[in-house]
Amino acid sequence: MKLPIFLDNHSTTPMDPRVLEAMLPYFVEKFGNAASRNHAFGWAAEEAVEQARKQIAKLINADSKEIVFTSGATESDNLALKGVLEMYKEKGTHIITSSTEHRAVLDTAKSLEAKGMATVTYLPVDKYGMVNPQDVQNAITDKTILISIMLANNEIGTINPIQEIGKIAKAKGVLFHCDATQGVGKIPVDVQAMGIDLMSFTSHKVYGPKGVGALYVRKRNPRVRIAAQIDGGGHERGMRSGTLPVPLIVGFGKACELCEQEMVTETARLIKMRDRLQTDIMAALEESYLNGHPTNRLPGNLNISFAYVEGESLLMGMKDIALSSGSACTSATLEPSYVLRALGVGTELAHSSIRFGLGRFNTDDEIDYTTKKVIEVVTKLREMSPLYEMAKEGVDLKSVQWAAH
Amino acid sequence: MAYSDKVVDHFNNPRNMGSFKKDDADVGTGMVGAPECGDVMKLQIKVQNDTIVDAKFKTFGCGSAIASSSLATEWLKGKTIEEAQKIKNTDIVQELNLPPVKIHCSVLAEDAIKAALADYQKKTDGQPTGTK
Repeated sequence: MKLPIFLDNHSTTPMDPRVLEAMLPYFVEKFGNAASRNHAFGWAAEEAVEQARKQIAKLINADSKEIVFTSGATESDNLALKGVLEMYKEKGTHIITSSTEHRAVLDTAKSLEAKGMATVTYLPVDKYGMVNPQDVQNAITDKTILISIMLANNEIGTINPIQEIGKIAKAKGVLFHCDATQGVGKIPVDVQAMGIDLMSFTSHKVYGPKGVGALYVRKRNPRVRIAAQIDGGGHERGMRSGTLPVPLIVGFGKACELCEQEMVTETARLIKMRDRLQTDIMAALEESYLNGHPTNRLPGNLNISFAYVEGESLLMGMKDIALSSGSACTSATLEPSYVLRALGVGTELAHSSIRFGLGRFNTDDEIDYTTKKVIEVVTKLREMSPLYEMAKEGVDLKSVQWAAH
Repeated sequence: MAYSDKVVDHFNNPRNMGSFKKDDADVGTGMVGAPECGDVMKLQIKVQNDTIVDAKFKTFGCGSAIASSSLATEWLKGKTIEEAQKIKNTDIVQELNLPPVKIHCSVLAEDAIKAALADYQKKTDGQPTGTK
């Protein structure tokens, strides 16, 4: 076993060597511009891009013509929201989204609001982080043009009832965008069955290269139109100009193909490892709390709050394991995770949360090591924690008058 | 964010971690911060003849908060009450090379020192405790 261990697979994933192998010819030998229509260099590049488009479309049950390449999921989210708003502004300017969306959706929505271009409803989520489809239905007005709800949450892994929301959107004639960045390649995604009109996802979360992503844009029933946000040579059917990064797209395609082929076995393997990690840690450490949905969540996700210890110090104590925390101290804003707060997790427990993100290259040995280390470090830090000491003395921490600073 | 070697050292080998009985007459206790802010420090001093003979801490917080309080206990030992009053958060920032986002940890440590001294002084009502 090699240290450090990478258990932060929601942030990014290591590239699969098979993906790299597929990409290599497209750097030096086959370097053509896919938009060059009149010579062999261009044709080779275009062929590779179209092959990748098919591989990607197949994974989500789309048509390859419905895939628009972008630089990543953040750009896809921006393009979906801004592109739809701009295109359909005569019809309405109301967007419905949820409070636990990724910042790429929330901040885009806020930016549209600030510019006076949209009004936005931010739906609450239940204690597991799930959007209630009934809330979506109730929020729709005659001005609503877009619903944007994520497939699976990046912190707690909770999977939303996308199919039900898709049905509601369809019945009401409202477009449905889904940020599926964390779900694609990990769980089955079918844009037809789920009734999705636009969908953002990205290569580097599925063991592909960084710097390329896609926006699925439905072509029929209904045909969705978006206003381009980057103008230029009219690439991607005018929706996103810019020379296509052929090697990255080839890698993205290969990565999607591998996910599709291996999803069933890989999901079973990840769930087994994840459940073992969860059971062993929570059995050994009192007052550890699972964040997110107990069963309906991403196979590789585990998010636990350890009462009385602060998340960043936990990470510091486990520096040979790459993890992430909802603690304020790890964020630029000094605010603890807004996702955990939206679930109703208390601020102090939000500060105490650790996200484990298991992926394709994690092994049983790594999980054993992590389990041991987490128990050891939490125990050590609790010994050091005045809150733990008070709790053990029977002091009700909620009754203490703290001086907030 | 990378931590300075000194922060790492205090985190891995905390000095004077633990507790005194807070009701003892020669002990001053300062507890500052709040759980919802992500850091709580408890700093305790044991005083004889106006001199801090021992100090202990317990901290809920990030690595820099733990290091700041650990360092504070080191500095407090052997100082008189008057000398201890002069410890400034900026001294802690400098010693631990804390980055700007972690300055509040040093402020909290200074507050904890002040609170422990005030608690002790309240107990003794300004009279130094003699050796018992």
